[in-house]
Amino acid sequence: MTSEVLYSVFAKALGIPLEKVNDDLTYNTIKEWDSTAHMILVAEIEDTFEVMLDTDDIIDMSSVGKCREILKKYDVEC
Amino acid sequence: MDLFDVGPYELSEAIKTTMLRQRLVSLTEHHIANCADYQKLFGDIELGSIKQLEDIPFLTVPLFKQRELKSITKDHVFKVLQSSGTTGQRPSQIYLDAQTAKLQSRVLVKIMQEWLGKQRRHMLIWDHPNVIKDKASFSARGAGIQGLSFLGRNHTYALNDDMSLNVEAINEFHEKFSDQPVFMFGFTFMVWKYGIQALQASSLKLNFESAVLLHSGGWKKLQDEAVSTDTFNTVANDCLGSIKAHNFYGMVEQVGSIFVACEHGYFHAPSTAEVIIRNPETWKPAAVGETGCIQVLSALPESYPGHSLLTEDKGFVVGRDDCQCGRKGTYFKVLGRMAKVEARGCSDTFERGAS
Ligand SMILES: [Zn+2]
Repeated sequence: MTSEVLYSVFAKALGIPLEKVNDDLTYNTIKEWDSTAHMILVAEIEDTFEVMLDTDDIIDMSSVGKCREILKKYDVEC
Repeated sequence: MDLFDVGPYELSEAIKTTMLRQRLVSLTEHHIANCADYQKLFGDIELGSIKQLEDIPFLTVPLFKQRELKSITKDHVFKVLQSSGTTGQRPSQIYLDAQTAKLQSRVLVKIMQEWLGKQRRHMLIWDHPNVIKDKASFSARGAGIQGLSFLGRNHTYALNDDMSLNVEAINEFHEKFSDQPVFMFGFTFMVWKYGIQALQASSLKLNFESAVLLHSGGWKKLQDEAVSTDTFNTVANDCLGSIKAHNFYGMVEQVGSIFVACEHGYFHAPSTAEVIIRNPETWKPAAVGETGCIQVLSALPESYPGHSLLTEDKGFVVGRDDCQCGRKGTYFKVLGRMAKVEARGCSDTFERGAS
């Protein structure tokens, strides 16, 4: 998997253009990524990468880069 | 050791009290420096003289209805929480910045993991979906549901807009997940009235094999209908299946630090929070077993001066560190609202201080 897939998951779940997604994009810094969107995002990530995230992951997933690290824990390289 | 990393029910009283006192003193100092109204009230307090938790000054909950109390500038306001409040009354306004909001989620998750486990369970919400839709007037009910949604997956609302059972949604949820870990949430009275009682009246029989039901909100209306905790739990098991039900005590003024009732029916203070019972006449801390006005302390509020609050509820401390369930810390009972006169006493203490 490449960044492209991860970025497109974020773009789709948050409803923002792909160009706006990068590793530094952080939770609650844009209005599109609020707590409601966060849940949609989590569901989208679980579907795409076929993982089950636990509650610690949800709290830790504060940026796109952080999300990549969390997925690594589940042997997903992206 | 970090108060926010340690397990919520791990610390024994002596260690917890020391850690919490340090944190609350620094929060007091922080709010004196950053909130003008708070400074007016408590600016002359000698912080070094705060030797015990009971020495931390407190505000009353109604004050958040009367004044805009915050320790951040306008441009740092990230979210404003409102209490539901009764009609004709102004709701509480609680100002959060990103950091306090984050701390609240972190602590809430940590506490809930003790009762739900770390995995996210399939979530059935005993409410209707529109309760979270109106973002402008984010109600305490909506905020409560949304705050806990983090802990679930496949969120399903069990009720329709008119509070009737959404039989189709419930059946579908039951078919898919009855043999899997389930998390149910709702407000106590609504779970009872529109969930459990409605299920009893219908022919719908559910049999969840492993569900945890967390419910919050007062027992007042249930007491009026003479429903005890035991009745509630028995009937819940009857019509829902194998359910572990836990009531919890918390308020919009201190989101994140909540008090969950254990299997023996006692609310437990987590490491990041504490309760002090005060005698409504002398305002001195009451002895174990003695009923009084509940004061709640929380290590979380940085963006608003809500770390030490006198509520309008009454209750009593049952004991410390020695509950039969094995959890450490203070455990207590809540007995409902103070009578009007008693409650006025609570506010008066403050008003005198303010003038
Ligand atoms: Zn207990």
